[in-house]
Amino acid sequence: MEFQPKIIAFLCNWCSYTGADLAGTSRIKYAPNIRVIRVMCSGRVDPTFVLKSFTEGADGVLICGCHPGDCHYHEGNYKCLRRYHLLVKYIEQMGIRPERLRLEWVSASEGKIFAEIVNEMVQTVKALGPSEVKTVVETLT
Amino acid sequence: MENKPKLKLAVYWGAACGGCCVSVLDVHEALFDVIAAADLVFWPIALDFKYKDVEAMPDKHIDITLFNGAVRNSENENMARLLRQKSNILIAYGSCAHMGGIPGLANMYDKASLFRRVYIESESTVNENGTLPQPRYEVPEGVLTIPEFYNDVRTLDQVVPVDYYLPGCPPQTERLVEVFMAVVKGEALPPPGSVVGAREKTLCEECDRKKSDNKVIKKIYRPWEIYDDGETCFLEQGVICLGPATRGGCGARCIKGNSPCRGCYGPPSESIDPGAKMMSALATMIDAKEPEEVEKILEDLADPSGTFYRCSIPASLLRRKMIT
Repeated sequence: MEFQPKIIAFLCNWCSYTGADLAGTSRIKYAPNIRVIRVMCSGRVDPTFVLKSFTEGADGVLICGCHPGDCHYHEGNYKCLRRYHLLVKYIEQMGIRPERLRLEWVSASEGKIFAEIVNEMVQTVKALGPSEVKTVVETLT
Repeated sequence: MENKPKLKLAVYWGAACGGCCVSVLDVHEALFDVIAAADLVFWPIALDFKYKDVEAMPDKHIDITLFNGAVRNSENENMARLLRQKSNILIAYGSCAHMGGIPGLANMYDKASLFRRVYIESESTVNENGTLPQPRYEVPEGVLTIPEFYNDVRTLDQVVPVDYYLPGCPPQTERLVEVFMAVVKGEALPPPGSVVGAREKTLCEECDRKKSDNKVIKKIYRPWEIYDDGETCFLEQGVICLGPATRGGCGARCIKGNSPCRGCYGPPSESIDPGAKMMSALATMIDAKEPEEVEKILEDLADPSGTFYRCSIPASLLRRKMIT
């Protein structure tokens, strides 16, 4: 059976969640591998959330926020951007493929783009196989 | 006080440097109060008791055990289990027992690569046969055994249940005396699993350096790359200081020595991952809005896991580098 990755998607309430909603109401089909968690702002995505997703068995984490300049709280998505770059650096050092973590800007009108991003990410993570964290956790003494 | 039976105290070290035991010795004149109230029944660094003496004790014989050091090999693990069985209160004493500490940095490697480096590749080693330590080895005279070296460094509570954590590298001796005297006086103890001898608030609360509300980092410096002015917040000078994500209680010893915080006291109780909060805090300070600018600033961050998890890799969510 083909490997079906689990991807946790943190979507900001104001743009990306509405964008994902639009994909749904527009009946756009996309891969069913994501588990959506709505947050008020991409700036609310604490690095802990991402790391916990990986330790609890996620094969990938997708964070979506408003386009730069469009944040409902002015600066939240910039904070998310910096955390994302810092986290990528950290997880790469810890032996997790950086492609497993992705940050995208999705506005409320970009349902189609959201679906494309999800499909693309599912393809990428499928090619990578199950998360390194899952394999290593089993070997811990 | 006279008729009260003395407390039985044990101190043991796992994978540790010995600094924690020295911090116990550092009680100085308070030692008189300690020995008036307690008998030391086991302390390998200072007293000649054998493991078999501990094995011979009835269960729960020891009132308080201060276990310092991480769990790196089978000896550490067996002693952790034995002391758990023989102790009423088991305290994870110091960063290594609490979070894995400096020995925990070895979780960036696995057993095979560590052995290769240490016993084969290191510059001062001559090992033509490529001999590696074996836990069991048969010689004509009999069987020789040494403890088994594990693949992963673990914290004490990843091996046995721990009653309290007394953090620090090493813990401030004053904090130890406070905790110890509280037990002697029979004061109400906090619920099991609590961190004792440290504050709930972060180090920034007790740090004397000048801080502004608007921290911006345009460039990250390592401590030796700048002239520290001795009074401005390290983060505001671009030096990574773990103060915002670390418990207070140490008295800002490192800061007073003009060195940024390394996070040995661990994170405040609400945070489940020691370094993630610091990454979160640092990211808010970085003064950049374009991905390229952010990347540029982060280029100067040489070692994220060693910076944010210097004393805590085994206690972090990921626990180790993923080596498959």
